[in-house]
Amino acid sequence: MRRIVSIVALGLVLASCSSNLPQSSLNPKSVEAQKIDGLWILVFSIATVIFFAVQIALIVSIIRWRRRPGDDSEPKQTHGNTRLEIVWTIIPAVILAVIAVPTLRTLFELRAPATGDVLRVKVTGHQWWWEFEYPDIVGPDGRPLITANELHIPAGKTTELEMTSADVIHSFWVPPLAGKRDLVPGLTTYIKITPLESAAGEVIPGQCAEYCWLGHADMRVKVHVDAPADFEAWTAGQLEPAPMPTAGAAAAGFETFSGVCTTCHQANVRRPDGTVETIGNAVGPDLTHFGSRDTFGAGILENTAEHLAAWIDDPSSLKPMAPELNDLDRGRVLGMPDYGLDPDQITELVELLESWK
Amino acid sequence: MAVATREQAPAAADRGVWSWITTVDHKRIGIMYAVAAFIFFLVGGFEALLIRTQLAGPNGTVLSAEAYNQIFTMHGLTMVFAVIMPIAAAFQNYFVPLQIGARDVAFPRINAFAFWLFFFSALFLYTSFLFGGAPDGAWVGYAPLSTQLTEYVRMDYYSVGAQLLGVASLAGSINFIATIFTMRAPGMSLMRMPVFVWMTVVTSFLLILSLPVIGVGLWQLLFDRNFGTLFYAAQAQGDPLLWQHLFWIFGHPEVYVLILPAMGIVSEILPVMSRKPLFGYAFVVFSGIAIGFLGFGVWAHHMFTAGLGPVAEAGFGLATMLIAIPTGVKIFNWIGTTWGGRLKLTTPMLFSLGFISMFVIGGLSGVTHSIVPADTQQHDSYYIVAHFHYVLFGGAVLGYMAGAYYWFPKWTGKMLSETIGKWHFWITLIGFNLTFAPQHILGLDGMPRRTYRYDAGLGWDGWNLMSTIGSYLIAVGVLVFIWNIIRSWRNGEPAGNDPWDGRTLEWTTSSPPPVHNFDEVPVVHHVDDFWYRKYGIDEDGRAVKMPEVSGGALTVDTDTGGEDGDADAHDIHMPSPSYFPIIASAGVVILGAGLVFISSGAIGFGLLALGAIVSLWGFMGWAGEPITKEAH
Repeated sequence: MRRIVSIVALGLVLASCSSNLPQSSLNPKSVEAQKIDGLWILVFSIATVIFFAVQIALIVSIIRWRRRPGDDSEPKQTHGNTRLEIVWTIIPAVILAVIAVPTLRTLFELRAPATGDVLRVKVTGHQWWWEFEYPDIVGPDGRPLITANELHIPAGKTTELEMTSADVIHSFWVPPLAGKRDLVPGLTTYIKITPLESAAGEVIPGQCAEYCWLGHADMRVKVHVDAPADFEAWTAGQLEPAPMPTAGAAAAGFETFSGVCTTCHQANVRRPDGTVETIGNAVGPDLTHFGSRDTFGAGILENTAEHLAAWIDDPSSLKPMAPELNDLDRGRVLGMPDYGLDPDQITELVELLESWK
Repeated sequence: MAVATREQAPAAADRGVWSWITTVDHKRIGIMYAVAAFIFFLVGGFEALLIRTQLAGPNGTVLSAEAYNQIFTMHGLTMVFAVIMPIAAAFQNYFVPLQIGARDVAFPRINAFAFWLFFFSALFLYTSFLFGGAPDGAWVGYAPLSTQLTEYVRMDYYSVGAQLLGVASLAGSINFIATIFTMRAPGMSLMRMPVFVWMTVVTSFLLILSLPVIGVGLWQLLFDRNFGTLFYAAQAQGDPLLWQHLFWIFGHPEVYVLILPAMGIVSEILPVMSRKPLFGYAFVVFSGIAIGFLGFGVWAHHMFTAGLGPVAEAGFGLATMLIAIPTGVKIFNWIGTTWGGRLKLTTPMLFSLGFISMFVIGGLSGVTHSIVPADTQQHDSYYIVAHFHYVLFGGAVLGYMAGAYYWFPKWTGKMLSETIGKWHFWITLIGFNLTFAPQHILGLDGMPRRTYRYDAGLGWDGWNLMSTIGSYLIAVGVLVFIWNIIRSWRNGEPAGNDPWDGRTLEWTTSSPPPVHNFDEVPVVHHVDDFWYRKYGIDEDGRAVKMPEVSGGALTVDTDTGGEDGDADAHDIHMPSPSYFPIIASAGVVILGAGLVFISSGAIGFGLLALGAIVSLWGFMGWAGEPITKEAH
């Protein structure tokens, strides 16, 4: 048993060094996550010392004082030792006091409002996807940048997430970037993330950490830490409206899109005459730049034409949802329904959406 | 021992199913608690195996998300409310009166009512699988998820089921407190009580003070779901976090309700097997009480990610750290108890030592939760799952296993096999660590709990597989335990009154004890009174066996009516059997079923009416029935 424990302890150390743990809290990639990791290493080290001290004391006592066969002698009847007991009450108290100081300092640092040049992102949790709105990044048409499930933030700069929920409680957890924080309906909670410069170019996975029913396991998020220039380029692209196609399969797809999909999805569309208009309802993810995303379905499916066709054909077969319980009037949305589109319609829709880079 | 070893030969009227249904004997009720808890342990364990099988590899397909959600919710509810609480109640029912030298509990019929209410409520919770689906909102039932889907009655089952189980625990707790405060043998002052009895006092108070809080929350949940109240609805200025406060003001003391009785058991076994008194009895007792008090001041450490703000988080973090101090005291005192002893490494002792060793791990990982920023990485991840299983399995379950091996001889008059017992211990310990140690790493590597599937490529596959293999090994351990029970029950070695050379009063009477427990009410002069009837102390402070003349002879208590010599058992009036408690509890559970289906119209109201009639019949009959029938 002890051997297992030491193997596990060793494994823990090795695991923390391994690089193929993209979602690990032990590979911090932001200033904030590094602070947490530093605290963790401190506490884990102290705990390891206590662990071995106590286990060794126990094992030594067992080996040394076990009754040998044939030994019928009786031990000395000690009832206690007040001085010793006071000592082992005070020692843990002192150790805890030592840990408490950096704990509280880090806590107040992390919870302090972000100051200076801060990128604000409003995060709204939905069953079962993430909505991201950049209120300070606004296009010429006055519409802020809105995207879903793939958050882009610049390296080396602080982003502050202002989070709430549209339905039940969710929790935003991207371990290499920050500790988790719940998204509570009716409340606004905050997370600060300052990605390390060295993390630029990485896509860091995370997922919802507060149980939110059927799609909880599939409510994933991908954070793209962009180099500042890449971030600028990305925002510029995202602020562009999606072109309304005039010919071919995509144009037919647009017919279906504006007749069916807009019940729940929005897109910011530039019509052939140059006017820009946001069509649809903001119930599901914004699809203006669907084609630019690596994944969809809240991070569970790679964004390919085949996957998208399968998804439109029967969403709940790929991700457990309960669209039969949707009640849009009461604001309850529990997944994307299967609209029974025929294969041609689906192909056309896929053509359209994948063209919206 | 000089106490007459009497084979209990119950009269025909004391046998059979009816005698168990109507029994008010605390020992039989204790056995029924144990049997029921063990059955639910198998059910909850089966659910655990389903969970682990689903998670053995990435994107498992054994369970759908819908099934998985119900299974993990029921696993939690079952293990907390239908396994660990009742197994503690089993030991408390059977041994608290015996350890304080009482002939029964203060309220024998409330005791029976509490058992049947627990048993029917737990069964009722399981009928949900047949009628409408099992609760699927996790055992914490967080609002507004728990109030969201009124189409299903699943969380109505949760609300009503937990409410009823809570009432059963309340009834039991009141009974224990009254028993311990009023029925101790002459001379047994509070500071002469066995630690297990002390821990029963603490947990009973914890339950009495905490259950009403979640009771309020559960009613609000039911009202939000069925009557359109908006207690937890954010869009109507309700507060989803209110539920979390109410739940955890109950939920955190509840954790200590689960572990403290196991600590009490270990505190009984270590001195007996070390042949030394408990090191620092008063420190251990007061540490237990301190844990009880502090347990009410740390609930919000379950909410460090919920947005309470840094001041509250700092306060609750510090309070949580404080709990480590009395907990550490207990661990050090237990090791101090073994130090310098003559350790008999029997199966109960192995489980007790395993308890200490594993609980240290659970305790240390608990301290890491008080480091608020670090907790924001650990919270709701597999690290938490690992932590509380180290406390509740490595701690509580190993502790109760120790108790089972220690007290089985008193229950049955037979010893459990030591050889099989040691196999049981080592398989369980290895399986347990294989299952839960990797989950620490999984959590730190970013795996959230309550997820029915995960992708490959996150570095989680190997640890999950190891965890699943470990869970199967635990299942093997449970089978070995069952084999041991069956084998030993049939042909175990006869135990005699005092197989372990015990220190407390339960070992002075026969195994199993007579209905009235003690022929003569003992008079108590020391902590570990029984030991001092058997052993003196020489000049070096070593125990010396006293001559058989005084060894074990109970001091006759002339003040409380014991006759000199042997009292005739027929002169002792025990409460008569009664079938009203089982009727009353059945009525209450039918009322509960009515509440679950209250939004379904006629079915709900019909059940409510039936429940009202049955429970009224039970309670009225109970009220009008004399405790001891004259004819006896």
